[in-house]
Amino acid sequence: MISGILQFEFLQNAFLTGIIIGAIAPLVGVFVVVRRMSMISDALSHVALAGIAFSLLLQKSFLSLAGLNPLYIGMAFSVGGSLFIEKLRGVYKHYQELAIPIIMSGGMGLSVIFISIADGFNSDLYSYLFGSVSAVSRADLYVILAVGVVVALTLTLLYKELFLLSFDEEHAKASGIPYKAIHFIFIVMVALVIAASMKIIGILLVSSLMTLPVAASLRFAKGFKQMIALAVLFGEVSVIGGLFLSYNLDLAPGGTIVIIAVLILILSILFDKWKNR
Amino acid sequence: MDNAVNPIVKLEDISYKYTKDLVLEHVSLEIPKGAFLAIVGPNGSGKSTLLKLLLGLFKLQKGKIEIFGEDIRRFKDWQKVGFVSQKANSFNSGFPATVFEVVQSGMTKKIGLFKFASKEDRQKVIKALESVDMLEYQNRNIGELSGGQQQRVFIARSLVSEPELMILDEPTVGVDSKNVHQFYEMLEMLNKKLGITLILVTHDVGTVTDKVTHVACLNKKLHFHGDACEYNELNEGELSSIYGHDVQLLNHDH
Repeated sequence: MISGILQFEFLQNAFLTGIIIGAIAPLVGVFVVVRRMSMISDALSHVALAGIAFSLLLQKSFLSLAGLNPLYIGMAFSVGGSLFIEKLRGVYKHYQELAIPIIMSGGMGLSVIFISIADGFNSDLYSYLFGSVSAVSRADLYVILAVGVVVALTLTLLYKELFLLSFDEEHAKASGIPYKAIHFIFIVMVALVIAASMKIIGILLVSSLMTLPVAASLRFAKGFKQMIALAVLFGEVSVIGGLFLSYNLDLAPGGTIVIIAVLILILSILFDKWKNR
Repeated sequence: MDNAVNPIVKLEDISYKYTKDLVLEHVSLEIPKGAFLAIVGPNGSGKSTLLKLLLGLFKLQKGKIEIFGEDIRRFKDWQKVGFVSQKANSFNSGFPATVFEVVQSGMTKKIGLFKFASKEDRQKVIKALESVDMLEYQNRNIGELSGGQQQRVFIARSLVSEPELMILDEPTVGVDSKNVHQFYEMLEMLNKKLGITLILVTHDVGTVTDKVTHVACLNKKLHFHGDACEYNELNEGELSSIYGHDVQLLNHDH
């Protein structure tokens, strides 16, 4: 693969994109998991699918839009979905988890409608569902790099506020920090990471890259910063290892990445048990 | 300046309801600087509601609250106010944070948005941990500590922003009875040595009355407010009227 990376631009794109999402997905995922919001990424990925389907439909219907990158509309839908989730959580204060299935089924419903209007799609949609090594263009790489920089910078600058909000929401509210604005920015970051990750890992598997490396790092972490570092390390090992295997064995990269992440999780549980014997 | 004229907290004619029935009725209370006030009362007496109003977590429906001489609706200086909640309510014990990280989170507002903790800030964390005798646990995960130790860490988290007023909501829930007494001794030290004004909502009436300076008895209305000695002189009949049912006084040595 290494000679391939030097030789082929599509492999360079996939590899560099993989390195970016291998870091930002677990980085956002750490806060998603400790705030017990793991399901939100699943819901938003289904909304992103609706955006991709809508974009592919536009491309098919209007020749002038043939060059439109589906990533943009996927991202817009994902961010829109995150705003809806927040609205619904406010409406159903005592049943906040209801927002997730509502948005998830809404997103899936829309996707199916767009796909049926377009009379089914070509392999493009398949690569969005399960991820693809060859589907990442240089333009995609630049968009994902921009998302990566924005997400990493935002989370670094708001780290202490997000820590407080995650550890003790009541205390965060009482301390007078602008928690609503911070929570809102955080949800938008989650939506952006989901949209950025789906080309490589696939819409149906994107949430796993946010949760599995974090679940593994929870087994050993001494402190929150160490948990972030371990989660990013596990994320990178999963993505780089997954891309390498999928290229050499001709497998779907999303599935390979997730299976490596699952193996890391199982090993960390076993190691933790062995250590605490 | 005369503390009685310029109380640190002033409640004026506070009434509050969630649905139809009032949970607080015409409560007026002044808390002088340097006081250690215990707010006591039975379950459902409006203690927690009053506390949430004081922290600005609930919007005022009727009446007025002043903190540090300023109307609570305009008050922005929240780093002057420390808050320690019931541990069990708001904290996930599996959270992978060290004691140091938890205490440092108490400075979030003070450090300010988009800024990072300085060396001086980290020194303040060490100092706060020292004052609650928990420095040796700074690198341990918070979930590994006992209830009493965790509550000391939460006191340190409040102390680190150098508050002038500290509000505690039943802080001894989840602390074993052996350590409750020590815990109140530590609060007394914070009040006397560091001069922090303390407002404590509690059920441990018997334990606190020899530590606090003032007592307020709440049962929707404010039935009693005075210094701790006056409270200790109340007889069973007077206490029964406060608690709304028969009260039997049991005297014990500590």
